[in-house]
Amino acid sequence: MAGEVLLGIRNLGVEFTTPQGTVHAVRDVSLDVAPRECLAIVGESGSGKTQLMMACLGLLAGNGTASGSARFLGEELIGADETALNQVRGAGISLVLQDPMNSLTPHLRIERLLTEGVLDRGMLGPSEARARALRALGRVGITEPEARLRQYPHELSGGMRQRVAIAIALMTEPKLLIADEPTTALDVTVQAKVLDVLRDTRDEGLAIVLVTHDLGVVAGIADRVAVMYAGELVELSPVEDLLAAPAHPYAAGLLNSVPRLDDLAESRLRAIEGQPPRPGEVAIGCAFAPRCAAASEVCREVAPRPRVLAGGRTVSCHAPFSVEAGT
Amino acid sequence: MTDAAVQIGGGGLWADSWQRLRRNRAAVTALGVLVALIVAAIVGPWLSAYTIDKVDWTLGALASPPSFGNGHWFGTDSNGRDLFVRVWAGTRVSLLVALLATAVSLVIGVAWGATAGYLGGRIDGWMMRFVDVLYALPYMFFVIILTVVFGRSLFLIFLAIGAVGWLTMARIVRGQALALRHREFVEAAIALGLPSSTIIARHIVPNVLGTVIVYATLTVPQVILFESFLSFLGLGVQEPLTSLGRLVAEGALEMESAPWLLLVPSAVLAVVLVCLNFLGDGLRDALDPRQR
Repeated sequence: MAGEVLLGIRNLGVEFTTPQGTVHAVRDVSLDVAPRECLAIVGESGSGKTQLMMACLGLLAGNGTASGSARFLGEELIGADETALNQVRGAGISLVLQDPMNSLTPHLRIERLLTEGVLDRGMLGPSEARARALRALGRVGITEPEARLRQYPHELSGGMRQRVAIAIALMTEPKLLIADEPTTALDVTVQAKVLDVLRDTRDEGLAIVLVTHDLGVVAGIADRVAVMYAGELVELSPVEDLLAAPAHPYAAGLLNSVPRLDDLAESRLRAIEGQPPRPGEVAIGCAFAPRCAAASEVCREVAPRPRVLAGGRTVSCHAPFSVEAGT
Repeated sequence: MTDAAVQIGGGGLWADSWQRLRRNRAAVTALGVLVALIVAAIVGPWLSAYTIDKVDWTLGALASPPSFGNGHWFGTDSNGRDLFVRVWAGTRVSLLVALLATAVSLVIGVAWGATAGYLGGRIDGWMMRFVDVLYALPYMFFVIILTVVFGRSLFLIFLAIGAVGWLTMARIVRGQALALRHREFVEAAIALGLPSSTIIARHIVPNVLGTVIVYATLTVPQVILFESFLSFLGLGVQEPLTSLGRLVAEGALEMESAPWLLLVPSAVLAVVLVCLNFLGDGLRDALDPRQR
């Protein structure tokens, strides 16, 4: 994991100016994405996981501003102008959005959608672009690619559309694929297919940042997991370690709330008590303290700093579960 | 709606819309009648032995009633000119002015509105304030100034009408673009690294085209009526050239002595307007995104 860095995020913050005041969607997040790894970012709705990635691509809404630094292959993305960002968007970093029903322009044929990125950049001529489009469709497991190229998005099913969206992202042969909840809008069997496609692309050497709240997806594909809570990165661990022994109480709570088939005696779903802080609420101390069973006086008064544990883990907690004990 | 969508390898939204339009009997009839009228306007004047400015001195009276015997199928006007030829020539001018003026307003309005709506923010504000200022200018005043400065010409009329007509079009398109700009597929296009101009031209404009086409078909009748109004005031087309509006205005003067001079051109004008409105309504239903 150490060594080469594809996307280096340092002290990234995202703020939104709203009529109710400034909302800190992301606070002081630092993490690295290495080539060929799959990093999952998990957290509940509003935890800032999507905004973190959007900030890196300069895709924040008009009232949002990003601070800190995000470097893609050494090039600063935060505060870069549109021309510079357009060099990276699509070409170096591709994005797959959550809702396949709405992420394909309805009046364009699949061929056009697939090839516009490479054609407009002049990366390929029309016939090479078409050949690559056929390969990309094959790569994501779409049958009869020739016929599909002539079709419109509304003629495809949801799962096929999401795979087309991934194929579009792969067309420019990017180094990094950011997938923002790519499976959320799909049913379970289709989810499995889309995950297979992502896993294959990862195996072919593409780095993936997977934004999700589905821990099942995380377990199936991720190498490392970043857990976000209230805009902060609370834990960053290799996936086996996190699933076996979460260090941060919130990560433990998340894992606990996944229904398990091997524990049928527990008939009720376990949830984390309380609610996440409302956006814009200013927390003194640890943002998770009000909901944390292990919270002490210091948790409520002093914000924890990220600390590095053994095994390449980082956790922001005053009293992390001891990794050795494996609570 | 469903059977059109399952067509294998189907032609997409436009083919679907066309199929829905074809099932709308009123719209299809209107389209047929319009095509017939356009053909008549083009070839009509050639079918008669007379021309728009030829006075037939052989007739006893100047305004003679419709007759098959002397070749004046719609009769002659108060100057002894053949009404059949003049009506079709007038239809030709009216449709030409309407279509060209609509085309002018379409091009400027769509480009202006889509750009303002997509870019948003301060640029949008300035672009739309400019539209507001033009809106505030009295329309007639504007046209009269244009006629005085550039002289009267057919070209000027559709330029003048189009130059004012695009304002509403720009507002409509801008509203649509504003809504589309936050759709996921536009975000996906931005994330693909496409420049704004490409996104506007390829991902925004075709999406508003449905609304635009419908509005355009409803604009055409307005322009025909406005041209009639201009001609009535003497600012429109010049003699011997004529338009439906002029013919109606002239016919109204002779209404009691020679009613056909009023009835024939108003009938053609009414049919054109009714057909365009039916077609516009049909297109609106056929292109309605909720039916997709």
